[in-house]
Parts: sequence; structure tokens; C-alpha cells
Amino acid sequence: MSSRRSSSRQSGVSMNISDDQITDLVSKLQRLIPEIRNRRSDKVSASKVLQETCNYIRNLHREVDDLSDRLSQLLATTENDSAQAAIIRSLLM
Amino acid sequence: MTNSPKGFTLNNADSCRVKFARRFLRSLIEIKTRQTNYNNNLSSSPSSSSEIRRRSERIKLKAYSSMAHAVGPRKAWTRALLLKLHNRAKRHRFRTRKRSSLAMVLKKKRVFRVKNHANFYKPAAERGNYSVLNSDEKTEKLRELVPGGKAMDICSLLEETAHFIKCLAMQVQVMHEIADQLSN
Repeated sequence: MSSRRSSSRQSGVSMNISDDQITDLVSKLQRLIPEIRNRRSDKVSASKVLQETCNYIRNLHREVDDLSDRLSQLLATTENDSAQAAIIRSLLM
Repeated sequence: MTNSPKGFTLNNADSCRVKFARRFLRSLIEIKTRQTNYNNNLSSSPSSSSEIRRRSERIKLKAYSSMAHAVGPRKAWTRALLLKLHNRAKRHRFRTRKRSSLAMVLKKKRVFRVKNHANFYKPAAERGNYSVLNSDEKTEKLRELVPGGKAMDICSLLEETAHFIKCLAMQVQVMHEIADQLSN
């Protein structure tokens, strides 16, 4: 990771995002990802964090897919909807 | 499903979770009711695999939409996601309707996504100044995965991603608990 202090010379807009801010945000992200949360050494590069974040998001989407399939199957299994509706309503309480 | 004890004030995450669960459950009831009415009217089997597949798609969309609504428009990713879902529903309604006029055909060609890509054509230096991360292809991949990510500067992208991941993980957890409850 570069230690350059960034500034927008090209655009003239003074938007100075410091490296510290970025590393802060990256480490915050790092803590949310179960893959690398367990090896919480400072040696995890920002690139690796981004990579794992992308993988994690894709996995979550896949889980949502699977769960939707499962819920669809469950809703189809009983003809009598009153039992399920009762369960669902009880969950709403 | 863990029940929070009464008399305790819920923090933000909890209330989000509860709001999502309520909305999503209501959608499930609605889907189930529609299915039952459909079956009663046509006396056909609800368990054909294509029906299950179609319902699964609907459930999935409801899950994301319930999530985005539960969080509310205070986050850029929820706004982008709600816009995307809204446009998708509009296109779906259009497709299932007869094309009665030229005007409707022309309407379809309008670009709905301009709002989200407002910043996209600005030079990278303006989008966010941490040039090392910005030119990273992984950042680009992340922008594709996070709703509205293409228009964000690197700081907002990282923040929104963190919140997005938290909410997505929570959505998966709640869906899992509901599925477990229903299969008992």
C-alpha cells in the first residue's frame, strides 16, 4: 500500500482523502469478513480485503438464492395453508 | 428466533432486523395466499418445478426489497437497490401488457440508470483520490457488487460496502431462521 498523501491536482476540486482514512475503512471492512476476521494480523493487504469482500458478497447472494429455493419448496408442500399461516403469524408477534 | 425481552429499547440493528422480518414474512404470506387462490380457481398442482422456480425468484426479490425498505433510503446502496427493483418491476409489468402504442415502445428505451452513473464518467481522480485503490480491478469488481457502487468515491464505497455486508448477512440469518421454523 502506498504511503503517498493523495490530492486531486488534476481536477481542482479539493477532496483530500487521507491514507489513514482509507486504512481505517479497510480495517473496518476487514473485521466484518469472517474469512479474514480470524487472522486479524495487520499483514492483510487492502487488495486481499477487497478480494475477500467480493467473494463474501457473492457467497451471501448464493445463500439467499438457496434459501429462497428452500422457502419456495416449503410454501409448496402443504396444501392447507392455515398451519403455515399460523406459524408465520406467530412469528410476527 | 431469538426474542428480545420486552421493556428493552432496541438498537438500530435490532429494529432493522425486526422490520425486515415483519415485511418479509408478510410478503411470504401474500405469496402463499396468492398461490392458494390460484390453486383453488384452477385446481392445478402448485408443486410443478417451474412454479417453484418462479416463486423462488419472487421470494428472492421480496427478500432484497424488504431489506432495502427496512433500512430505508438513508443509505446510498438502499436507494440504488430500490431503484433497480422498481425499474425491474416496471419492465416486468410492461412485458406482460400488450404493446398498444408507439409511445409505450419508446418509453422502454429511456435510460433509467442515469442517476446512478452521474459520477461514472468523471476522471478517476475526481471520483476518489486514493489512486492506488481506485485503479485496482478489485475495486471495480466491488463497485459492480455493491448497489450504486459505480457512482461512489472510494471512501463512500468502503463505508457503504461495510453496511451492505452487515445487512446482507442479517438477511441471510433471518431467512435461515424462518426456513428452519417452517420446516418443523
